[in-house]
Amino acid sequence: MSDTSTDTGLRTVDGQPLKKALSAAQAKARRRAFLLVLPLLAFVIVTFIVPIGQMLHRSVYNADFTIHKDFGTREITPIMTNLSAWFDANLAGTDPDEAAFAALAADLVVLRELRAPGQVGTRINYEVSGTRSLFTKSARRAERLEPPYKEALLDIDEDWADPALWQAMRGASSPYTANFYLAAVDLARDADGSITQVNDNRKVYVKLFWRTLLLAALITVLCFILAFPVAHLLATLPLRYSNLLMIFVLLPFWTSLLVRTTSWIVLLQSQGVVNDILVTLGIVGDDGRMQMIYNQTGTIIAMTHILLPFMVLPLYSVMRPIDPSYVRAARSLGASSWTAFFRIYLPQTAPGIGAGALLVFILAVGYYITPALVGGSSGQLISNLIAFHMQGSLNWSLAAALASLLLAGVLILYWLYDRLVGIDNLKLG
Amino acid sequence: MASAVTQDAFVEFDRVQKSYDGETLVVKDLNLSMARGEFLTMLGPSGSGKTTCLMMLAGFETATHGEIRLEGREINNIPPHKRDIGMVFQNYALFPHMTVSENLSFPLEVRKMGKSEREEKVKRALDMVQMGEFGDRRPAQLSGGQQQRIALSRALVFDPTLVLMDEPLGALDKQLREHMQYEIKHLHENLGITVVYVTHDQSEALTMSDRVAVFNDGKIQQLAPPDQLYERPDNSFVAQFIGENNKLTGKVLNRAGDAVLVELPDGKTCEALAVNCGEPGSETLISIRPERVDVTEAAGPNTAQAKVLELIYLGDHIRCRMNVHGNDAFIVKVPNSAGHKHLIVGEDTMVTWATEDARALNPL
Repeated sequence: MSDTSTDTGLRTVDGQPLKKALSAAQAKARRRAFLLVLPLLAFVIVTFIVPIGQMLHRSVYNADFTIHKDFGTREITPIMTNLSAWFDANLAGTDPDEAAFAALAADLVVLRELRAPGQVGTRINYEVSGTRSLFTKSARRAERLEPPYKEALLDIDEDWADPALWQAMRGASSPYTANFYLAAVDLARDADGSITQVNDNRKVYVKLFWRTLLLAALITVLCFILAFPVAHLLATLPLRYSNLLMIFVLLPFWTSLLVRTTSWIVLLQSQGVVNDILVTLGIVGDDGRMQMIYNQTGTIIAMTHILLPFMVLPLYSVMRPIDPSYVRAARSLGASSWTAFFRIYLPQTAPGIGAGALLVFILAVGYYITPALVGGSSGQLISNLIAFHMQGSLNWSLAAALASLLLAGVLILYWLYDRLVGIDNLKLG
Repeated sequence: MASAVTQDAFVEFDRVQKSYDGETLVVKDLNLSMARGEFLTMLGPSGSGKTTCLMMLAGFETATHGEIRLEGREINNIPPHKRDIGMVFQNYALFPHMTVSENLSFPLEVRKMGKSEREEKVKRALDMVQMGEFGDRRPAQLSGGQQQRIALSRALVFDPTLVLMDEPLGALDKQLREHMQYEIKHLHENLGITVVYVTHDQSEALTMSDRVAVFNDGKIQQLAPPDQLYERPDNSFVAQFIGENNKLTGKVLNRAGDAVLVELPDGKTCEALAVNCGEPGSETLISIRPERVDVTEAAGPNTAQAKVLELIYLGDHIRCRMNVHGNDAFIVKVPNSAGHKHLIVGEDTMVTWATEDARALNPL
């Protein structure tokens, strides 16, 4: 339709093309609208898009092996240049020869001058454990090394002959690498550069991803089961009662997350309120106190409680406008109350169920504080490990890779939801 | 008042009372019986108890006291889905997540009807309301009138013994409403169904019904065919509620058979038909329909001085507001017939009416 109207060229009374006249007429309003949203746009870019972009970049970029930045002078010096040149000249899988060791020795001298062997060692240590001290130790003696360098270095430490070490250095000599993603899914490159599974005792991330997804799904289901009757009650009660009940639903929002989580500790710990009551009632013996916190059970209970309002509110907002006459009509048409519920009422709440489930699931997948406080070791989620790599091991690239995978997973789920249910069916409130 | 409860009535309310809070009665001692195939309308202002009665019949409200019977069987304790009563709701209540065909198929599915039989019935029901081509649409894609038809055919598709309609035309514009009134009337005649219809629109009630029950204050004020209701209202409320009405208050002077002589506030007297008035000395309200008053000099028992206050031209008649017996709001409809008397505002003239058209009723 629009094509034909351009072809026929509708014009204003004084002969201007109609489309041009229209856009000219709207230009001022559009400019003003843009200026109005500009601060918000800038805010979103600075606080949201730039950090996420940086995180994505960091997950594939690590220059600790190639660039040294002096913290005092902020001077940037390329390092390991000789070895990088040797890697460029020789194909992967080539055994390191005398030239390679000579390049390494020269680079170690530079590292010693810059006081940077720790930085390089840490970078290689991400992939081959126990190598940080190798670099610091060898750099300390680098100036006194004499040719043949291969023997001299092997003399310092036999580990310099390890092919895995050389593979790791080759990988690190280019700042762009997919190795952090490999590490995030429990894969690594072996000595000849092919991708293999890491040892079973080092496999943590895939298991943790699965646990995170399963726990998030379980928490979503629990939230739905608990929230549906509450939302229905809220939607059908007279307004003055439902307002009061709504306050109880929203109350958790007004209390600190820490307070809510620690109150679960008070309730559920082995000397806590719940166990005390059970013992007093004689349901369990004093020696049979249940372990309900600092494990998965604790994570599930506390997170279900904390995320419940996010399920109640979308359900409520969908249920409130459903006219009771729909169910009445179904009853009058011959449906029992169960049939009327499942075939008439429940389908009409689908947008709220979808929105609540998506909201709770996405929040649960990335949840950090609650599992950290009450999760023990079996209740940890992937975000706790991301935090560990951010704050503990300082392997930010791996943390970024894990976070990016999480983000990708959530985006895929969102896309699936859109394909299956339709995102315009979502009703958040 | 309510007709006597008979043994072979199709629908029966027997001394039914309903209270929501245990303090006030919404429905007070309702007795009503309906014949098979009848079109009965419950008419009344909002809060008069008519919808409550309908909901009790449908099974969505329980009667606090009394019995409701359908085909001689007490249905007080039968749940709504086992009553086999079709219902058309005020907002249509078409299921928004189903297509038109699925909506119509729903009552047949829950009755475990086979697929081919279902399709056949749905098609017939859609054709019946001239909506055969809309089976695949969603209710939201239909206009108000079309939704109304679908709601109607859904209530009829499972051949219910009784169809209830709760202000089904309230949301339509005037023209469509009048058109649908005829359509519902014709469906009723063609299918021979029994209909209980609730409305607050008197013209709707008069157009469609075999009998109309006028509700007020939880009671049936009068149950009668439309013409009787309009021409022979039993009490002041019905006279007021149905059609336009001139009111003259006064005191009964004496009574001779069906006729009473009433003294009006301006000291003059007027003869009226004793319908629902007390003994001499008691207050009464005389009700006269505007179209039963003639503007003429001819003398009669009820001739009165009238001063023309306002004239409104309405095409087929002229609406004339006058002062008669001290009442400034006395309306006379002068038909726009050949040679009718042309009135002028401010003019003094005479009006007259027949004694049987002046009905002496209970004071309000």
